[in-house]
Amino acid sequence: MSYTIDGKTGPWELVIGLEVHAQVISRAKLFSGAATVFGGAPNSQVSFIDAAFPGMLPVINRECVAQAVRTGLGLNAEIHLESRFDRKNYFYADLPAGYQISQYQHPIVGRGVIEIELADGEVRQIGITRLHLEQDAGKSLHDQHPTKSYIDLNRAGVALMEIVSEPDLRSPEEAGAYLRKLRTVLRYLGTCDGNMDEGSMRADVNVSVRKSGEPFRTRCEVKNVNSVRFVMQAIEAEARRQIAVWEEGGTVLQETRLFEPARGITRSMRNKEDAHDYRYFPDPDLLPLKLDPAWVEALRADLPELPDAKKQRFMAEYGLPAYDAGVLVAEQASADYFEAVARGREGRFAANWVIGDLFAALNRTGRTIETSPVAPGALGELLDLVADGTINGRIAKDVFEDMVESGEAPAEIVARKNLRQVTDTGAIESAVASVLAANADKVAEYKSGKEKLFGFFVGQVMKAMAGKGNPALVNDVLRRHLA
Amino acid sequence: MSLDPATVRRIAHLARIHIEADDIPRWQAELNGILGWIEQLAALDVAGVPPLTGVAETALPMREDVVTDGGMPEKILANAPSRADSYFVVPKVVE
Repeated sequence: MSYTIDGKTGPWELVIGLEVHAQVISRAKLFSGAATVFGGAPNSQVSFIDAAFPGMLPVINRECVAQAVRTGLGLNAEIHLESRFDRKNYFYADLPAGYQISQYQHPIVGRGVIEIELADGEVRQIGITRLHLEQDAGKSLHDQHPTKSYIDLNRAGVALMEIVSEPDLRSPEEAGAYLRKLRTVLRYLGTCDGNMDEGSMRADVNVSVRKSGEPFRTRCEVKNVNSVRFVMQAIEAEARRQIAVWEEGGTVLQETRLFEPARGITRSMRNKEDAHDYRYFPDPDLLPLKLDPAWVEALRADLPELPDAKKQRFMAEYGLPAYDAGVLVAEQASADYFEAVARGREGRFAANWVIGDLFAALNRTGRTIETSPVAPGALGELLDLVADGTINGRIAKDVFEDMVESGEAPAEIVARKNLRQVTDTGAIESAVASVLAANADKVAEYKSGKEKLFGFFVGQVMKAMAGKGNPALVNDVLRRHLA
Repeated sequence: MSLDPATVRRIAHLARIHIEADDIPRWQAELNGILGWIEQLAALDVAGVPPLTGVAETALPMREDVVTDGGMPEKILANAPSRADSYFVVPKVVE
């Protein structure tokens, strides 16, 4: 079922395209040898090139080019063996040269495709229009002084990939799924850390609305939205605004807007109309970028297993349902953790423990999979204790909580707390006998047909045995006594 | 093609160059002269000729991904008209 927003005149469809700026992972900048590390002292990671001192010439960083190619390959996109750099001219205090070196007509990567999966399991192919390399700008701090802005050029000249989607997205949910999937792919490839909080991934959102069956109407661009949640909120807010404009007999004007999360609205940036006259021209300091096909193939051969392929493999190799496989591959570290637990064990059992108990414990303790208090080997040992009947599944949950707290090995916890499963039928028989004797009224009800009470008896027996009874044996003995 | 006075003013504004109203006719004449030369070039038939991107047929030189520069905020800020600590300071620019 397609997503629409109801206006006074009926339902409206949304048309959405995203431009994502992804900061390239590299040691040095795109055209200079200054460092890219986040959080350095102001202006300490700036070369004369980044600060646009006269006479300085840019020299491209080979690794940044490789990262763009890897990303293109990971997005199933055409790699252009020849691309060019252009100057995009505008004035802003954090752009010392007065132009950004970018790629306009001849980007390094052309058409590609990314597959997204929605909550209802529907899979959609979203077109990638292009990916190009460009320089990031410096950073302006506006909150340090009442009438001044402070400028730090550490970020100026860091390599960015601008990844432009086709207007293929039709709902906030799809836009969110696209961003998350793109982030996952970039993180797998190691080409961008996808950290939206630190601004290493930022999105511009193009939104228009239309009645079913119509061609596209005028779109607006909402600039610099910095979280998946805000992207989804901004799309809905902007679509509702446009619907109101059209329904009041007005016309939506093509313009750039800003999203204000606190008020849940977008507002016009009120730029002068010539702000977008970038007067692109080829950068005379840079020759065309020509790639050796053999080099591109070598990069392709070195790509890691990507999330879609890994998901299919987890389903085939470990018998996981699509949903579980999707959750595990969303982060490479989670997928690696799962594989370390699942190797040589029952895959679905391992997946349930990782997705359920482990993820819950990480949330509770504020840890990540990388800093997990329980190593995959230890979780595997716990699963082995359940599989070989040393402890039952209920006790395993307690042992796991103890592992999170104490960091002890599961076998030690079982020994220390005397949690071994009781499989001695004599002990089970006597627990069953005393529970039945103490609940003669319930036994009578059960025998007169209230069979739901069976669960009550199991619970009581387990309680009497401090949770350590073998559940299958307890069931057998109870059934025999109640027959 | 010929530039009108409004376009001349707009080009100057985009380049953040201040020009006096009295000077506009002079700039208009000079820019139109340049456009005239470009139009002469445009008369050539270059269909099927690949764009010439340089006179030396060399490939774009590349650098390895090594930090070799930076760590000199004093030199970077040496020409700053205004600074605070190690920041450049400019009139407030915010949307």
